[in-house]
This record gives sequence, C-alpha cells and structure tokens, in this order.
Amino acid sequence: MFARSPSRSDLQGLIVYAGFVLIFLFFAVTLADKGFLTSRNLSNIVLQTAPATVMAVSLVFVLSAGEIDLSFGAIVALAALVAAMVLRDQPLILGVAAGIGTGVLAGAVNGALVAYALLPSFLVTLATMGLFAGLARQISDLQSIPVTNAAFTGFFGSGDLFGIPSLILWTAGVVGIGHLLLRQTRFGAHVLATGDNARAALVSGIRVARVRLAVLVLSGACAGLAGLLYAGRLQAARYTLGEADLMTVIAAVIVGGTALNGGKGTILGALIGSLMMGMLNNGLILMGLSVSWQMMIKGLIVLAAVAISLREPQR
Amino acid sequence: MSDPVLELRHIHKAFGGVTAIEDFSLTLRRGEVVALVGDNGAGKSTLIKIISGVHPPTSGEIRLDGQPVSFADASVARERGIEVVYQDLALADQQPVYMNLFLGREPVKGLLRLLDRARMVAETEALVKALDVRIPSARATIRDLSGGQRQGVAIARATHWAKKLILLDEPTAALGVAETARVEAIIQGLKARDMAVLIISHSLDQVFRLSDRICVLRRGVQIGVRETARTGKNEIVSMITGLAEAGASEAGAAG
Repeated sequence: MFARSPSRSDLQGLIVYAGFVLIFLFFAVTLADKGFLTSRNLSNIVLQTAPATVMAVSLVFVLSAGEIDLSFGAIVALAALVAAMVLRDQPLILGVAAGIGTGVLAGAVNGALVAYALLPSFLVTLATMGLFAGLARQISDLQSIPVTNAAFTGFFGSGDLFGIPSLILWTAGVVGIGHLLLRQTRFGAHVLATGDNARAALVSGIRVARVRLAVLVLSGACAGLAGLLYAGRLQAARYTLGEADLMTVIAAVIVGGTALNGGKGTILGALIGSLMMGMLNNGLILMGLSVSWQMMIKGLIVLAAVAISLREPQR
Repeated sequence: MSDPVLELRHIHKAFGGVTAIEDFSLTLRRGEVVALVGDNGAGKSTLIKIISGVHPPTSGEIRLDGQPVSFADASVARERGIEVVYQDLALADQQPVYMNLFLGREPVKGLLRLLDRARMVAETEALVKALDVRIPSARATIRDLSGGQRQGVAIARATHWAKKLILLDEPTAALGVAETARVEAIIQGLKARDMAVLIISHSLDQVFRLSDRICVLRRGVQIGVRETARTGKNEIVSMITGLAEAGASEAGAAG
C-alpha cells in the first residue's frame, strides 16, 4: 500500500541472509568431500546450535531494550549444574523447575540492580558473570555431574516427537514465541521504545524500569533453558557449559540485525545469525583447523558484525 | 465565553529554598491559545511541568473543569486529558510513525492481546490527514522524517490523546521558515478543534500570530496577562525585560 524505496536498515537486514548463503556455498564447495552437505551433518548443526539460539532470542530482547547481558553464559552452567544435582534423586519436573528457577533468580538479580538500583547493565552483568561462574565452580567442585534421568535427557536432548528431534522443537518454540512477543505484543513495543528513547517511553507512560527488569529476567530464564538443553544432550552438567557462548551469541544477534544500542531487534535475524555461527563452527572443524584458529576466525567475524552494526547512524 | 478548562490559582513552586514560581494564576478556556513568554530561566518550563504533573506545586490550586486536582505523576495528568509536546519531541526515532502515535497506549485485539497494527495505521492516516501533517506514510520511520514532519507527528500525537489541553514547549525552535509555517498552521487547527492550547515560544512574531492572550513571566513572577489584539510587541518586550515600569536602578538587574 505504501511503496517506498528500501532504506538503509532494510538493506542491512538482508546482510545476514546474504552472509548465510555465502558461507553455506563456500563450505558446500570446499568441504563437499568431507561430508558438510550430508543431511546428518546439517541436522547436527541445527541440533548443536539449539542452546545458542535460545540465548540469542532473549539477547535480542535485552539489546532491543538498550541493555546488555554478559552473564548469560555463566547462568547456563549454574542452571545446568543445579538441575543436574536436583535430578540425582528428584523427578524430572523438579529438576526442570530448579534449572529454570536458577536462571530466573540470576536474571532477577541482574534486573533489579539495573532497573531499580539504576546501575549500568554492562557493569552489573560483568560483575555477576564472575559471581555466577564462581558459584558454578564452587557448587560442583570443578567436577562434571552426570544426568541419568532418561525422561530428562529425552525431553531436552536426544528425544523426539513424531520424528522431530526435541532440540529442534525447543528451538522452534522459543523462536516462534520470541518473535510473536517482540513483534506483536505491547510488551515487545515497549521493549523497543525503551531501548530507542527511554525518556520518550517514560513520558508516554511506559514503565521503563519494569521493562528493564523483564528483559534481564527473560535472559536468565532462557539461559536456564539453554543449560537444560546442554545437560540433556551431553547427559551431564559442567561448569564450562556456556562459557564459549557469550561471544558466539552476541555475534549471532548483531549479525542478525539487532542494534547494539537499542530500539531495533529481530528474532528471525538472530535465528539465522545463530545458524550461521553454528555452520561456521562446523565448517571450521571439518576443515581441520585447530581450536586456536577457530577462535581467531570467530573473533574476526564478531568484529565485522559490530562494525556493520555501528555503521547505523547514531542517535 | 466557554467554561474554563484549566485554572491555576496562586501557584507557588520552590526547589529546596529557591523559589521558581511565585503566585501564578491563569485561566485557560476551550478554543483559546495562550502564549507563555519570558526570558530564559523565567520559569516557563517549570510551569509546564507543574501543569503536566511532573512536579507538584509547593502551594496553590490546580482546577480542571472546575474540579480541584492533584496529579501524582505525569500519567495521571495524561489520563485527565492533558498532553504535552516537549521541546525535544520525545519520539522513538527507530519506530514507525503509527507506533509513536500510540506509544504506551497501543490498542490490542483478540484473546492473545496482539497489537492491532491495522487500526493504528488507519487512525494515524486519518489523523495526519485531518491535521494536514504532510508525511510520506504512517509506516515511515521517524528517523527518515524532516524536523517539521517530526514536530507534526508530536503534535498529532498530543491532539489524538488530548481531551482538553495541549501544552507546547517551543514547538518550532529547531525548524526552518517553511516548516515553522506548517507547524503554526497545525496549531491554528487545534483552536478549531475546541482545544485549549498553552504555548511557550521565544519568537514574539509567532506569539502574535498564534495567541489570543499573552502571559509574561519574569524570574518566576507573573508580570501580567494581555489580550494579544490589544497589546503590542513593545509592551510585551518591556514586560519581559522589566525595563518599562522599573527604574534605572533595577534595569541592570533585570534579565
């Protein structure tokens, strides 16, 4: 109805899809003989990215609201360990509640400090990242905790429903709900407005503090769920879970087209960004690159992503 | 003459020990534009904040439609039909026009309470057309609009929600000549909609073009109210600066 020429941000939204296709084609050609294109490998990529995608969805909300969460990787480990400890002698439901509850509680600590103590989220979550990571090491005594509850490992890891792996169902569910929440609800509109212009949001009657609390609690809850997905798939919890995800997930979200300084976010972009990072990870391993090279290349991708994001005109 | 919409009676405001507003009284009626003028620091913006519920007055009475009111915060004043267009516009730049128009008051539909975008777009289109705010589309992003178009959107938002009173704080301070004329035309249109308008402006030309009455503030003191048709720029300027009725000794301190 209202035709208009595509603006710069529209074009920017396409970058992630172009990047995804380019990387896919690159690996498809160069790794054709190493099994990149097998359906088993491709579905593996999706399964392995499930926890990162869940975290990416909640990070879109956090960034859109103009905040940042650096602690979600540490919450993943903490939630997984708490769930694994509870599952030793308690049923599935209590283990799940303990894991998600840990995430919510950790997110609430972040959220309260940001929304009501008015501390910057960068510093708050930098500090709580250390706090939660230390706590995870303390309660596990640096040991892995096995998860033998078959119902749990099926539900969050190896199981399937009508032939669809549970990890894919979790990914689709979180992405779908996240997309609906951000795009089609008042809450999503308030998150975007808060990150765009907090003063405008405030004078328009939006409860800005509550929005900030909510996005950080959501981030904690999703980190908790990601912890359960890891514990389910690996059948164990360990303090190192989620450690490497901080950079990957931030990169996925930014590459996907979410603004680093608030007001603009896309869940579908984050999904594509996350799959792209997973594909990159997978391809680099298949290429036979060492871990150190993988880290450096991923670091460069993050740099490029941030550079693209900051080319947006500043407020 | 129509009933008063807003009455301010002996409003006094102090921040700590410092008096910002001293014994201010003013009545606003429907279909009337009153201009608030005065030098920087005269207390104009403080008065806007008192009326819009951001700061409660230290003493004095605010009456809305004849009823005494006290606004706990800005949202209460807004519920009572008072809207403010701020100097810095308070728009979310990366959101479309229609979302800004409904910021904080988005309509929803259905059991899931999903945003009713179609309704927001339709109402926005109708409103910008009625007010003759010339924007490319209700779906345009604020950032892609000119300063005048943004101001038009801010005024359209206030018009849409205001039931009684619109407060305009320097609505054309950042605009060029042509854009100022457009915004002034929009403000003229508010009068026809039977709205009471209180406008702060540094441009006396604009004040004389738009207002029915002019209220002068100097250092928190209400100097006087004049009917625009029965006064001139010289009188208003001397009231603002305090040079007319004051002796030479006080003249140096005024300003």
